[in-house]
Amino acid sequence: MLAEDSVLLRDGLTALLTRCGHEVVAAVGDAEALLAAATGHAPDVVVTDVRMPPGLTDEGLRAAVRLRELRPGLPVLVLSQYVQRSYAAELLDSGDGSGVGYLLKDRVGHVEEFVDALGKVADGGTVVDPEVVRQLLRRRRDPLEKLTAREKEVLALVAQGRSNGAIARELVVTEAAVGKHIGNILTKLDLPPAEDSHRRVLAVLAYLRA
Amino acid sequence: MPDRTLWQAVACPRFLRSVWPWRAVLYVLTGAVVGVLVLVGLTLAVVVAGAGAVVVVGLPLLPALGLAGLPVGRWERRRLALVGGPPVADPHEEPETPGLWAWVRTRYREGATWRELGYAVLLAGLLWPLDALVVVLALGVPAGLAAVPVLMATAGGGAQASVLKQWTVTSWPVAFAVAALGVLLLAAGLYAVGVYAAARAEPARLLLAPREPGGAELGVRVAELTSSRARLVDAFEAERRRIERDLHDGAQQRLVALTMTLGLARLDAPPGPLAGQLATAHTEAGLALGELRELIHGIHPKVLTDYGLPAAVADAADRAVVPVDIELGLPGRLPQPVESAAYFVVCEALTNVDRHSGASRAVITGGYLVDRLWLEIRDDGCGGAEAATGAGAGAGSGVGPDPDAAPRAAGADAGVGIGAGARADSAVRRGTGLTGLADRVAVLDGRLSLSSPPGGPTLLRVEIPCEWTEPSG
Repeated sequence: MLAEDSVLLRDGLTALLTRCGHEVVAAVGDAEALLAAATGHAPDVVVTDVRMPPGLTDEGLRAAVRLRELRPGLPVLVLSQYVQRSYAAELLDSGDGSGVGYLLKDRVGHVEEFVDALGKVADGGTVVDPEVVRQLLRRRRDPLEKLTAREKEVLALVAQGRSNGAIARELVVTEAAVGKHIGNILTKLDLPPAEDSHRRVLAVLAYLRA
Repeated sequence: MPDRTLWQAVACPRFLRSVWPWRAVLYVLTGAVVGVLVLVGLTLAVVVAGAGAVVVVGLPLLPALGLAGLPVGRWERRRLALVGGPPVADPHEEPETPGLWAWVRTRYREGATWRELGYAVLLAGLLWPLDALVVVLALGVPAGLAAVPVLMATAGGGAQASVLKQWTVTSWPVAFAVAALGVLLLAAGLYAVGVYAAARAEPARLLLAPREPGGAELGVRVAELTSSRARLVDAFEAERRRIERDLHDGAQQRLVALTMTLGLARLDAPPGPLAGQLATAHTEAGLALGELRELIHGIHPKVLTDYGLPAAVADAADRAVVPVDIELGLPGRLPQPVESAAYFVVCEALTNVDRHSGASRAVITGGYLVDRLWLEIRDDGCGGAEAATGAGAGAGSGVGPDPDAAPRAAGADAGVGIGAGARADSAVRRGTGLTGLADRVAVLDGRLSLSSPPGGPTLLRVEIPCEWTEPSG
């Protein structure tokens, strides 16, 4: 289920998703059509642009939040042109924050990354664009100074919704080491220990947003 | 007192029950008395000076006659308070140097001095007899009529009384009828005195109040310029927004589509030189997209439109290199021009902090007090910042109803303690960007001030008067 006002991108995304084995049940061009189509088709996951007609402000985001009110847990991936914490925050606050993603539009160019993120969101994970995470990390300097360089790397990956296994592969360390790092991070940031991957992400993000 | 001037009071139905009729009567009565005194004083002065001139002693008195209007003007300006309206300021300038001679020279050069003299002559020759006549006709005659029964009971022994020395009344019913007519006439007379006093105050105000050079025309011109400047800023804002929209809906979407296509092509491409070139093209397109995104953000940040000032300031702080603490509490959304101006001030300040100050951190505080937004950006850097001076002066300031109000400068106040010693120093940073911002703030009737002594800290403060609206949603 796809909502994007630019015809060019809509067709491109449809082609891309179809190619990667997803089925696009509907592709619409404005927020109202998105709400109507999403209630009609019961999609597995919704991909929407933030900025949509009629107002060309944040109708897409509003529609996404509204959809999650109507169908709690409906996976939604929001594409935005902006590295904007406020947008991401609003989205993460809708429902319990599981099955949401906030990606920069540029990510669709990195086809595998994009499809990978979409899969995560569809499975109930939480994905936040690395750029946004970077901004969050830059912002909360003081407590983060307690973290070692390696712990910061791990934290950035956790905030992007990676599992321990994926982080271990990325940093070329053992999964146990990653687990230990994460334990240290949660302790240093005064967060409750969390096993479940998206709960962990949410804890970290909630902390970063504070 | 709900009415501010005598004119408004006369038009109000509660006029007779208010204090205004008596203020008007007092004004006219004292006017007659003062007029007589001025007539006597002027006559004496002319006679003494004229007679003295023959024997040389009076010669200095002749020029002093030119200043005779000064005390009259001062006294009359105070008396104008009786008829309400804005207080009349002293039209005279302070002499530049102390001493009697400088004072006399200044006074002789001022138009106000001669206008006061003219008023004094007018008062002595024409106004006071008018004042006296009005009091007698409007109040004396009705009072005389109303007093007839009393006269009849006392002087007339209950048998007869003369009405205004013109004719005689001999019976009680007629006496009381005359008295009733007198009371009615008294009410009408009070109205007449009110209108007369208000009208009588006009020439006084005209001659005794300070005049702007160019007078009303200049005020109109300033108002025109102010509004045209505001229109320009609005047009500029609208244009920015249009450019942002066009870039976003055009170039940016196309670039995204391009990176997507290139990404897909990379999936299909067989390994080899072609795949390498595709990868390069893909990376380049991605970089272009990143740059374009930053550019668009600089032109008009989306977050400001959607979430308001605090979110946008937080966003700007996120982008700054130095850590920034924010304490900004606002009751709701502010008008768009105000939000924009404040946001760009913050951006410019943070840019300067990053670029020049060598600060280790910055603090942004702000809030909404009474009827204005205030923001302060403080850094612990080396100081010595300069806001280029000569930024726009307050728009339309001092053209209000209160001539006593000192004009507010809305330009950038040059920093405190920017000494000559600091200027030669390489640490001096010139805030040319701040000049434009000071103008922008000035258009909104706000003010921007900068304090940046060498050695720091630097404090930039902006205040913009505005109304806030409820946050929507």
